[in-house]
Amino acid sequence: MMKVIMGNHALSYGAKLSRVQVIAAYPITPQTQVVELLSEMCANGELDAKFVKVESEHSAMAASIGASAVGARAFTATSAQGLALMHEMIHWAVGARTPIVLGNINRAMGPPWSIWTEQNDSLSERDTGIMQVYCESNQEVQDTVIQSFRVSEKLLLPCMVVLDAFYLSHTYEPVDIPEQSLVDEYLPAFNPPYRLDPDDPHTFGSLTDSKWYYELRYKIEVAMNKARDEWKKANEEFENLFDRGYGLVEDYKCEDADLILITSGTITGTARIAVDILREKGKKVGLLKIRVFRPFPIDEVRDVLGGAKKVACIDRNISFGHSGIFFAEVKSALYNNSNRPPIWGYIAGLGGRDVTPETVMEIVKRTEESDTPEELIWIGLKKG
Amino acid sequence: MIEVRLHGRGGQGSVVASKMLASAILKDGKWAQAFPEFGVERRGQPVTAFLRIDTKPIGAHYRIYKPDHIIILDPTLLGQINVTEGLKDGGWIIINSSKSPDKIDIKGNFKIATVDATEIAIKHRLGSKAAPIVNTAIIGAFIKATQTVGLNSILQAIKEESPAKPEENAMAAKEAYDNTMLE
Repeated sequence: MMKVIMGNHALSYGAKLSRVQVIAAYPITPQTQVVELLSEMCANGELDAKFVKVESEHSAMAASIGASAVGARAFTATSAQGLALMHEMIHWAVGARTPIVLGNINRAMGPPWSIWTEQNDSLSERDTGIMQVYCESNQEVQDTVIQSFRVSEKLLLPCMVVLDAFYLSHTYEPVDIPEQSLVDEYLPAFNPPYRLDPDDPHTFGSLTDSKWYYELRYKIEVAMNKARDEWKKANEEFENLFDRGYGLVEDYKCEDADLILITSGTITGTARIAVDILREKGKKVGLLKIRVFRPFPIDEVRDVLGGAKKVACIDRNISFGHSGIFFAEVKSALYNNSNRPPIWGYIAGLGGRDVTPETVMEIVKRTEESDTPEELIWIGLKKG
Repeated sequence: MIEVRLHGRGGQGSVVASKMLASAILKDGKWAQAFPEFGVERRGQPVTAFLRIDTKPIGAHYRIYKPDHIIILDPTLLGQINVTEGLKDGGWIIINSSKSPDKIDIKGNFKIATVDATEIAIKHRLGSKAAPIVNTAIIGAFIKATQTVGLNSILQAIKEESPAKPEENAMAAKEAYDNTMLE
């Protein structure tokens, strides 16, 4: 059924269709709308789940870990400072191998206080071991929640579904909400190999000395590495059932492109418009959208970018003292590749600054006119 | 692609109006996107909402700077903010006003449509007399002027999406549609 819904509710519908059993959440903007709808669904019997109100995001993730450890499918959602407060427990969820799905609405970190979009909140969780998927439409948000549970439970790794504040969270778009029976066919019930059970007592995450900790870390990396194929498989089967899908990356008009743009999140749709305008003017420009950020799609990035003469990466985030974070990741993926096009790094849209097709075309123009790659270019910066 | 900007005050239902229009456009078999001005809304303060209409899925995710049409839910905004900013030549301005279009003091290459949405909303008991909710009435005038959305689609969408009084809201839209004054 096609319905016009906001991005926050796309997360809610994704969780409902995944038949989540426990939702633990603390209300913070825009949290209220994600879990407000889920709490209504729990109250009116539409969704057979336990809704746990907690006193902080740290507790929201802690409660989700507990639920997942006994074998329940758990979902939570947050933003910005809330995600930062969860940080310790995200490490715990990964180490305990609890496949929780977390919706994160990208909001800029304070101070100064901001409720507008920026990716530094989720990217600060880069090294925890949680998978990260960046979405560009409300349809993709809903579908990615469903796909995430499938991949996460297969690998016993948690996953973060990421969407831009306002540009998706508060924007209404038509979304195809599938039949429950179809989602049930795609996503079987969660049945973990190990679970907390009073009749068969074991523990999760107790003290492990240097004799085995190292190997347990290795196993997380093995799972992350497998995740690349699992995302591909999960997507192929999703396409078969639902007639739509999303790759680890998506390349647009890249085959003969001299210059390839790199984007994530909603800047992608805007950049696609810019690419179409530039193509009409005869410019060979393409676009690579990075959807799955962890695990990082190294092979796909190398394949798509290998033939380009120039690459321009747009980051709605910054690692202070270095560069844009997607830029650094892409550059690192290319370093040991035989084809290594020069790459320009652009910062744009921090704190919800609007990024328009004109912004993207300015980035293309600047890259075209430059002979030497620049790694940290601030686009649209006010003077003074 | 057709782009629309709505101007109202917090509590009049500008954002809900944009969402109802998006749902109606979907019923017409087209694609739509509706969003508020990104920020914090307060009752009585100026509120802006946006709408995109297209025949294909909409990938654009940025503010609308050059709308094709403007909807004004509250005529007292006229002196306060530049409601025609960026409006394309030949576009429609739909205003909640008891005046006829030729009495509206907006200069420029635009077409003006008026409807007394306040009176219609009060008549159908939408909101209170002091703070009537005029969004569904002004929607009726918008589709009469621009013909961008089917009447049956919007009436259906209003019935499905009204937080309260679905039938009265649909009647208000129909009454406004029938009583819109076009330039």
